[in-house]
Amino acid sequence: MEKVIEVHNLVKKFGSFVANDHLNFDVSQGEIFGFLGANGAGKTTAMKILCGLSSPTSGQVNVAGFDIYRETEKVKRNIGYMSQKFSLYEDLTVAENIRFFSGIYGISPAERKEKQEKLLKDLDLESSKDSLIGSLPLGWKQKLAFSVAIFHDPKIVFLDEPTGGVDPITRRKFWDLIYEAADRGITVFVTTHYMDEAEYCNRVSIMNAGRIEALDTPENLKKQFGAKNMDEVFLKIARNVE
Amino acid sequence: MFRVAGYRLHVNPNPQLATRNKQIMKQFIGFLHKEFLHIFRDPRTMVIIFGLPIIQLLLFGKVINNDLQNSKIAILDQSHDNTTREITSKLLSSGYFILDQELMPGADVEDVFRKGKAKMVIDFEQNFEQNLERDGKANVQLLADASDPNTARILTNYASAIINDYIQKEKLQNIQLPYQINTEVRMLYNEGLKSVYMFVPGIMAMILMLISAMMTSISISREKEMGTMEVLLASPLKPIQIVLGKVTPYLLLSFINAVTIILIGTLVFGVPIKGSIVFLIAESFLFILMALSLGILISTIAPNQMVAMFVSVLMLMLPTILLSGFMFPIENMPVPLRILSNFMPPRWFIIIIKNIMLKGTGILYVWKETLILITMTFVFIGLSVKNFKIRLE
Repeated sequence: MEKVIEVHNLVKKFGSFVANDHLNFDVSQGEIFGFLGANGAGKTTAMKILCGLSSPTSGQVNVAGFDIYRETEKVKRNIGYMSQKFSLYEDLTVAENIRFFSGIYGISPAERKEKQEKLLKDLDLESSKDSLIGSLPLGWKQKLAFSVAIFHDPKIVFLDEPTGGVDPITRRKFWDLIYEAADRGITVFVTTHYMDEAEYCNRVSIMNAGRIEALDTPENLKKQFGAKNMDEVFLKIARNVE
Repeated sequence: MFRVAGYRLHVNPNPQLATRNKQIMKQFIGFLHKEFLHIFRDPRTMVIIFGLPIIQLLLFGKVINNDLQNSKIAILDQSHDNTTREITSKLLSSGYFILDQELMPGADVEDVFRKGKAKMVIDFEQNFEQNLERDGKANVQLLADASDPNTARILTNYASAIINDYIQKEKLQNIQLPYQINTEVRMLYNEGLKSVYMFVPGIMAMILMLISAMMTSISISREKEMGTMEVLLASPLKPIQIVLGKVTPYLLLSFINAVTIILIGTLVFGVPIKGSIVFLIAESFLFILMALSLGILISTIAPNQMVAMFVSVLMLMLPTILLSGFMFPIENMPVPLRILSNFMPPRWFIIIIKNIMLKGTGILYVWKETLILITMTFVFIGLSVKNFKIRLE
């Protein structure tokens, strides 16, 4: 499998505080990679570096086949990003948001119309095309934000806690979309708090205090730590470190 | 013979570059479209941008008016000759005064004030005309109700100006008086002492500050607050494209406002534009750029809309009103405030605008102020870039 993210000895310091301490990992194409850790463990920092929002202190980082230092713009063309705050404009309609974001990524109007129709049909949002985003329920907003983040068919999509604040059933439906995207060959890099979501990932890395403490498939991690579920794995790692 | 050097003009530029530029242009237009949607969909923004300038201008121009018109006066004429009658009619036809009553000699002047009927009493001495023609000197007493000292001062100034003017022009020419020295007061550039002349430049500075600096900073920090800024930064858009996209709509709107204020100032309030209109617009443009860069600077500091608004109001609006010389003369301020006022961009803009509109001067007289504004613009842009980089690291 082609490696779409390669990280070697990534270090990020803020003054004397080390947010990312020699991170090493690879992500393959089409993989769903879960990036777990407590608040302040350094996962958002690492993700921002991968997206080109922030530059590393040292280490080698390749994303979508491009060097993060020298080819930031090419990296950005090949990724999608969905922030914690679900990242659409509340005061614009569904269609206006799609139009704006396709404009940024240079998608032609003809292509946009075709894709937009399919997207709205898939999400069952055809009747809400001209509704303001602010008027939609949170679960729909999140699904729509994800669809917009992969509207330009990026190689990788970065999701920063995409399902905050919704119930497990809505989360499950959101994950159906993630699986669909992965089936189409889009690599999904996702940070999350929810351990049930960790079970859905192909591989999971668990960060603590700036370091990756464990990295494997959910199955192997459970075996390794003798745990029934990911929740236990997570707690055991947190205790070991302390 | 000269030989034309053999340069070949590349009429056919790199086609790849051309499509790239075209795409950047399309991205930019898409961005502007989105920004205008934000502006037009938000009623509060619309009120601030389009309602506020007009309301402010009308309010300051019409209601908060320091000019005195139709002030009631009483006249106590003990002489009743041609001169006093002519002076009286001059006063009453000036527009500043209307006659409340004529007092009889021996009447209780204070009673008039106590009843609040008149603000000023004009008392001509007996044999006014005779005295004037014989001695070249006659007395008229102006009694004003100084419980409102500003009004009293203005009323007495107006009245004595009118009386002196009359005496100079009509009377003294016929009388030969050696070595007489006359002081003549003229209020240059604003002969009518109209306060609206002062308010128009002041309001223009205030509104442009408000819309350019405050609205820009709020609109950028809103993207930060909503999390959409990260999405924009993770997109192929360059930071400079994002900033330009955010700023351009406010540049256009501020410009429309500047023109509106100038138009209302001249058409409704009769403020003259003695200097070049092109120069006036160019200076306004410079001030808008300065305010926009200040807005960008604020947005690099403020984490959310609330902070952006607070910083804008506390650091821009109040100082603009209080320290720029718009409301209170800078010369009367204590030294620390006077020094502080030097750092208020509107102070310099108001000087420039007044010079152009009222005195009709050109760049030669305001180059220093212009240079200060240009320097401020560059300082703000420099600080913003520095802040922005720190944030990205």
